[in-house]
Amino acid sequence: MSILGTRVIRTEDPRLLTSGGVYVDDLREPELAGAVRATFVRSPVAHALITGIDTSEALAQPGVVAVLTVADMTDMPDQVPPEPLPEGSPPPEGPMPLGGVWSEPLLAVDRVRFVGEPVALVLTDSTYQGEDAAELVSVEYDQLTAVPSIDAALTGETLLFPEAGTNVCTKGLGDISDDSIFDGCEVIVEGDVLNQRVAVVPMEGRSTAAAWVNGKLTVWTSTQNAQIARLILTAIGLPPDAIRVVAPDVGGGFGAKIGVDRESIIVAWAAKHTGRPVRWVETRSENLVSMTQGRAQQHHVKIGGSKDGHIKAYRLDVVQDTGAYPRMSGFLPMLTNLMAPGVYDIPAVQAAYKVVVTDGTPVAAYRGAGRPEAAATIERAVDWYAAEAGLDPAVVRKLNFIRPEQFPFVTKTGAPYDTGDYESALDKVLDAAGYAELRAEQQRRRDAGDTKQLGIGLASYVEITAADAGAGETAKVEVHDDGTATVYTGSSAHGQGHHTAFAMIVTAELGIPMDKIEVIHGDTDLIPDGIGTYASRSLQLGGSAVQKAAIEVKDEAAKRAAELFEAAEADVVLDAETGIWHIAGDPDKSLTWSQVASAADEGLIVANVRFTADRPTFPFGSQLSLVEVDVETGKVTLLRHVTADDAGPVLNPILLDGQRHGGIAQGAAQALCEEILYDDDGNPLTSTLADYAAITAAELPSFELLRSETPTPVNPMGVKGIGEAGTIGATPAVHNAVIDAVSHLGVRHIDMPMTPERVWTAIQQGGAKKVSAE
Amino acid sequence: MKVELTVNGKDITADVEDRMLLVHFLRDVADLTATNIGCETTSCGACTVLLDGESVKSCTVLAAQADGHSITTLEGLASDSGEMHPVQKAFHTEHGLQCGYCTPGMVMAIVSLLKENPSPTEADVRSGLEGNICRCTGYHNIVQAALVAAASNTVSSNTVSSNTVSSNTVSSNTVSSNTVSSNTVSSNTEAGK
Repeated sequence: MSILGTRVIRTEDPRLLTSGGVYVDDLREPELAGAVRATFVRSPVAHALITGIDTSEALAQPGVVAVLTVADMTDMPDQVPPEPLPEGSPPPEGPMPLGGVWSEPLLAVDRVRFVGEPVALVLTDSTYQGEDAAELVSVEYDQLTAVPSIDAALTGETLLFPEAGTNVCTKGLGDISDDSIFDGCEVIVEGDVLNQRVAVVPMEGRSTAAAWVNGKLTVWTSTQNAQIARLILTAIGLPPDAIRVVAPDVGGGFGAKIGVDRESIIVAWAAKHTGRPVRWVETRSENLVSMTQGRAQQHHVKIGGSKDGHIKAYRLDVVQDTGAYPRMSGFLPMLTNLMAPGVYDIPAVQAAYKVVVTDGTPVAAYRGAGRPEAAATIERAVDWYAAEAGLDPAVVRKLNFIRPEQFPFVTKTGAPYDTGDYESALDKVLDAAGYAELRAEQQRRRDAGDTKQLGIGLASYVEITAADAGAGETAKVEVHDDGTATVYTGSSAHGQGHHTAFAMIVTAELGIPMDKIEVIHGDTDLIPDGIGTYASRSLQLGGSAVQKAAIEVKDEAAKRAAELFEAAEADVVLDAETGIWHIAGDPDKSLTWSQVASAADEGLIVANVRFTADRPTFPFGSQLSLVEVDVETGKVTLLRHVTADDAGPVLNPILLDGQRHGGIAQGAAQALCEEILYDDDGNPLTSTLADYAAITAAELPSFELLRSETPTPVNPMGVKGIGEAGTIGATPAVHNAVIDAVSHLGVRHIDMPMTPERVWTAIQQGGAKKVSAE
Repeated sequence: MKVELTVNGKDITADVEDRMLLVHFLRDVADLTATNIGCETTSCGACTVLLDGESVKSCTVLAAQADGHSITTLEGLASDSGEMHPVQKAFHTEHGLQCGYCTPGMVMAIVSLLKENPSPTEADVRSGLEGNICRCTGYHNIVQAALVAAASNTVSSNTVSSNTVSSNTVSSNTVSSNTVSSNTVSSNTEAGK
């Protein structure tokens, strides 16, 4: 029996559980001996011109090695201006920064645009000295009116980039002006849905150490992709082969550690500039104002259909708050537009977006990155529509699902769904949760006027994983003459269990036991070419690459074995259970991997591959959330969360479920408690974990997980991504559940996060005015 | 100032700044880097260690306050022969960790929790871990690991002390370990394989 699909506990764990991981701050590499501490001086104001910087008092402090500002960056290469777009060409939709007038500096030049923007860098012998000296760097700010919100940005009264002449940095191409798609709809509901700004909060914040030795820069950084980080670090004026990037243990990423941020580029430059090794480890209060944040979209939505539950038309208009610098251009809302209609076969769909700059922390990828926003809104809209039509939300979903026989299916927004069986996923959660009984209990409590009302929320989702499938992933597999194997992957682990998963794949193909397989990632000297981990791509691209390399190794080994057996290659077989080579029909003759590899050149059999897929995959599922709402206080208690997720065949159920658990918690957190807030002057109000309500164990139940396995034809293992699915389904399931609990009191919508205050207020008002039905 | 701490059974004397936090003493002076820093507001629990056997968040204890006391960190939890503590073992078997950053604090918090309450319910574990944040696991398997560790302790303490401990203790332990196993079944329900 193959090891694939079985429960294998992680090979990573014993080290992490006994001596702890080795994160950037734990590195004791000889090159980092005597490393100075980097402390950033950050803007305390949201929007201002810098009129002067005086570093003299800080420089005089004990232990201060240097205080660096943009004026010291004379050894940096000039920034290459972006290619001008031809007259009349559409705005760029790609993920790259826009450049030009929208460029993000490294250290601030003459203007700051968000609280937390780096203005100067203090290098000291110790951490405490850095904090002391940073306080003494005197920066004069001439404060400007802040642009603290989407609404403020859209007025255009204050411009963050005056040369641009607008706060709208890019727009999608969708046309949403034709209202005739709603002609003939008997039930139409229209309203606003806020997808609030949230913090990513990996438990390890960002951290980077750098050493400049003999003309080569080595950078250790907490990243999801060492190779992309290396490409970004060439900004300091070094070619890629003069830079080595190492990703040591990484304490969570969730999208916000794709590549590296400006701070890491500055730290790398500082090491080269001063000739001293430098280490920077951000504090949580830095992290909560300067690591990129997620979501931050305002939606206007309209849905229409027949009285009997058939959805005819859907329109989604997105405004993305990209924060102070458009790091990802229009990429996030482009994905939101692409996934707008979700799991439904809707005859007419319109979607558009625009991206505005504000005085907020820059927004980039966060677990789901544009897709959770799409699911959150279509799933709210379907509940609005079901409520207005007086139909059960489960029934309306089933009436409108894309049917299994319709796949492959291209949505009206152009998403090419591979495979799916949406109704069986929903049926699974309804059965497991006991939907009919829950509805009966809900009715009983409503009839009795109980203080604690029950809410049942449904969400059926589909999402896109490995959107950049064509970029693929690299793998190298080596079998050595001692019978051990080494796997080099371009994918990059930060908690997902790559080492266990990829070793399982090699074991399944080659029969070499797990404890004789080493998996290596995140070192550009060893793995110069790779993409890394994001967009739930690791198993389907990185794992497929490992499998492809293992198969090539096996094919090559068969030739060596045939020579040793003096047999035809076609007669040589590998027993993948035992890792023993045989001649077919002659069990007496056998060879071990050690013997076969010893016969190869240099005692090594190796395959170096890149696996690419021709299109993304679309995992799906349904989630049911059961909540209790105290109608006197507005307090929400999440009682149960039942999900049926389908990401194709399962490699290792504990890794699969671990991804789902974490995703559900982060999704529920957005619905219930997490939100980044600014005051009218752009000051962040949630810059410590005492203010930002990161969800805890006390607010969550254990989750009830079911699954199905619908393979995709896109890769040989048939697998899809699971890293983000939990988040994408959980937010609308919990959101819908809370509103369902109080819908009989006239409440139609409550914006997230559904804090007791918001829920209580909505109950008092007996419904939100924003939702209008025709 | 001069402080003298016993860390994982080893005496360490050092001259430190008055303001040095215990977590920096452990990481920079004792060179024990398992204990991580996740915030600076006593909110996240990544830096949880045991001070004289009780859990504290070492980012808000001064090294000076720990002078003369005994500290246990993750590195000091396994037995002398290297066998993992039941809580460490349970984290491994139940997949209670992913990126590993919150893990040392979580493990120490659960060791302390189980010392105070050897047979906790799921609700006891969840409220007991309110001060420890994890972003990877959704807490599901951490809670599971705590319950499994409690059950394994129950089994071993029953074995060791069945002659001396009162029968009440034993029977209530038995009940709680049943509760644990039924939790295991219901939360891991999987269909459609």
